[in-house]
Amino acid sequence: MMIRPARFGLVAPVLLTALGLSFFTLPAKAAPREQLTIGITQYPSTFHPNIDSMLAKSYILGFTRRPFTVFDQDWKLICMLCTTLPTIENGHAKPEVAPNGKKGIAVTYTIRPDAVWGDGKPITTKDVMFTWRAGREGKSGIIPVEFYRSAYKVKAKDEKTFTIHFDKLAFDYNAINAFSLVPAHVDEVTFDADPVNYKNKTAFDTQTTNEALYFGPYVIAETERGAHVVLVRNPKWWGKPGPFKRIVIKVIPNTAALEANLLSGNIDMIAGELGFTVDQALRFEKRHGRKFNIHYKPGLIYEHIDVNLDNPLLKNRDIRHALIYAIDRDAVSKQLFSGKQPVADTVVNPLDWVHADDIPKYKYDPKKALDLLVKNGFTKLEKGVRTHAKTGEALRFDFMTTAGSKARELVQQVLQSQWKAVGIDVKIKNEQARVYFGETVRQRKYTGLAMYAWLSAPESVPRGQVHSAHIPTAANNWAGQNYPGFHNEEMDDLIEKIEVELDKTKRKAMWRRLQEIYATELPVIPLYFRAEAYIMPKWLTNIRPTGHQYTTGLWVEEWQVK
Amino acid sequence: MLAFIIQRVAQAALVLAVMSFVIFGLIGLMPGDPVDLLISADPQMTQEDIAKLREIYGLDKPIVLRYASWLAEVLQGDFGFSRLFARPVFDVLLPALGNTLTLLGISLSMALLIGLPLGIWAAVRPYSTRDYAVNLFAFAGISVPSFWLGLILIIIFAVVLGWLPAGGFGTPGVKVWGDTLIYLVLPAASLTLANVGGYTRYMRASMLETLRQDYIRTARAKGLSNRQVVLGHALRNALIPVTTIIALDFGSLFSGALITETIFAYPGMGKLTYDAVMGNDFNLALVALLLGTLVTLTGNILADLAYAWLDPRIGFGGHKQ
Repeated sequence: MMIRPARFGLVAPVLLTALGLSFFTLPAKAAPREQLTIGITQYPSTFHPNIDSMLAKSYILGFTRRPFTVFDQDWKLICMLCTTLPTIENGHAKPEVAPNGKKGIAVTYTIRPDAVWGDGKPITTKDVMFTWRAGREGKSGIIPVEFYRSAYKVKAKDEKTFTIHFDKLAFDYNAINAFSLVPAHVDEVTFDADPVNYKNKTAFDTQTTNEALYFGPYVIAETERGAHVVLVRNPKWWGKPGPFKRIVIKVIPNTAALEANLLSGNIDMIAGELGFTVDQALRFEKRHGRKFNIHYKPGLIYEHIDVNLDNPLLKNRDIRHALIYAIDRDAVSKQLFSGKQPVADTVVNPLDWVHADDIPKYKYDPKKALDLLVKNGFTKLEKGVRTHAKTGEALRFDFMTTAGSKARELVQQVLQSQWKAVGIDVKIKNEQARVYFGETVRQRKYTGLAMYAWLSAPESVPRGQVHSAHIPTAANNWAGQNYPGFHNEEMDDLIEKIEVELDKTKRKAMWRRLQEIYATELPVIPLYFRAEAYIMPKWLTNIRPTGHQYTTGLWVEEWQVK
Repeated sequence: MLAFIIQRVAQAALVLAVMSFVIFGLIGLMPGDPVDLLISADPQMTQEDIAKLREIYGLDKPIVLRYASWLAEVLQGDFGFSRLFARPVFDVLLPALGNTLTLLGISLSMALLIGLPLGIWAAVRPYSTRDYAVNLFAFAGISVPSFWLGLILIIIFAVVLGWLPAGGFGTPGVKVWGDTLIYLVLPAASLTLANVGGYTRYMRASMLETLRQDYIRTARAKGLSNRQVVLGHALRNALIPVTTIIALDFGSLFSGALITETIFAYPGMGKLTYDAVMGNDFNLALVALLLGTLVTLTGNILADLAYAWLDPRIGFGGHKQ
């Protein structure tokens, strides 16, 4: 998933000027412990779990629903709605031949016997069958398309047990994190009446406060579009009850206003998933850190610079190496983010079990960068820019990112000055996110360097980003996200093999090689893994940020009030 | 008068029709439609899948045909669905429009109630201490960026004093007018302060100009009091240029509330329109922008009617008789 820039307030100076005034702040109101008010920056466009992918929706639904399987805070796959995680070893998953003649697998899940919808009706395989059927209907607009394409058959054994047949035997065969149940007794009639327009008529958007749609510790009791969502305890929840009677999620799009709301007591905490960026949180911590628990969690948001390999200069691997040697990513992380955002060596996060440490790494070494440039003929220096001794070609590239993304623009300026020091001239040319992601990056119209971020899951194979079949071209309707245009046969082969290798040891070895190629070839300049900043009241404990895309609300019943 | 109103409404309808095509075309030209983004994320999507998706989103036809089918549906009262919110466009727009009109109604009224008298008060004693003080206030209002002003108000009244909520649209679970009004105080004050300076300056300049007219001198020569001269004779004429400004401002206020709405987390039209454009929600963006155009046109028609009321010499044809 491509990450759009967070909306930055340009108002830090305002808050600083108000610092003086804050000495006269009245004592903060005692927070009512029966209610928790959380501030986030985005309101979901829909509450349907399988239509549109949006972090705000995942965050809110995290309190109200439970996935079958999910990665926990330690990045281990666990069952939430199922009783046992099916594996080949425990006999619940059985390899078979798929109708396409390839290796497939049949995976059997059993729904928890005590699992019920918010209206008390049991969650059964009827819901499973309906959800799968709606997902398979191509016109319903339900995602993820890939999951429903691969899950070609589902068979219900009884009320609680069902088997999914996949047409591919992948190492993550038992992870059905994205298979989010929809209650058949609520939405099936609507779907059957008009599958094409189901997305506009689903009860999730027409009756959002219908408790029958939810099966988590909380249900949605009130919504005010663009303003707030109120959650109340689900009396039918089968697990440990949530710690608050009510959770109010307030949407405050401007981060400076979000801060002011926190200080005024209008909200109790700011969600790490959808709140401050690290630089904003660091500034906040300096001023008000004593009053709050601030937790930084580096995760799977990978900030990087795509290198357009169609550019004749950037096609040269030495030039790409020179680019990375010339920048001090450690200093950028330390100076701009107080070291909270660890420097990335590849697309694989160090917290991921497949991360390899014994691969090429690039410490800041401007001399080495210069040597590489000179070795490749860039010996002349004209007006501070290195030019090729024979062709006269200057080392000059466009450097793009999303306009208005303050942290990225800051990083961009630092990198520009470091490249300038070795004679590489990068011209900053930023665009509004809508144009940048909608056309420039997607259609590979950037000519030099493009900075943005990817969000992935634990052990997520970077097929879309580095497999050559995923290079977007006009011929394939610009499908794919291999924006650098990287083509490496060994990499392609490794991706194909990793995806279907069930042996962990063998897979880890392949992952190591993948990271080695990535770090050697450098189709992408890794920068750092973005961290999320959780601003929590002192009285609220035991919130364990995950670092991946599954939100903290999935474990709300573990939160504790002091 | 009726003929005049009918003529202006017909003109407005024509402008709206032209604008609908222009806006439809411009939105259609924006890069990255919803299906493009889905294709980008799923390279295994087949041509058949893509065709299906384009059909679902109505993107499989040339823009002119898409416009024609949209227009045909609109004429039957069907404005379509919002792609982002999966709801009929007016289900999404009407609450936001109501919120924005409430906010704008309050702030515009307040700005006029404060700005016009202040402008008159300053104009009757030009270059006096009073005039300088009013000008200082007016320039401060004009110069202060609205996002900064909004934050300062939040910091003072919500963070420091704790008198008012920092933002939002009402206390969750509480559905009474008084509660909504409390949440409106800061955004309305912010918009009022941002606009009052301009109205004060316009009113002052217009009144100064009017007070120099011969008929004012005549009125004074007749022995009328200053109050009678200013309020009875000068005010109506001085209001004519100010009315034009207010009418033009109405449309820009509509879109200008975006910043205030964002700062105060107020779910209004400005933010909704911005999200619709950014989120490639064709129907919603189109209707929202058309509503903005409609509000501006309505403001202008009302201004034309006001001219005739303010100065009977101006006929409904818009010419001085």
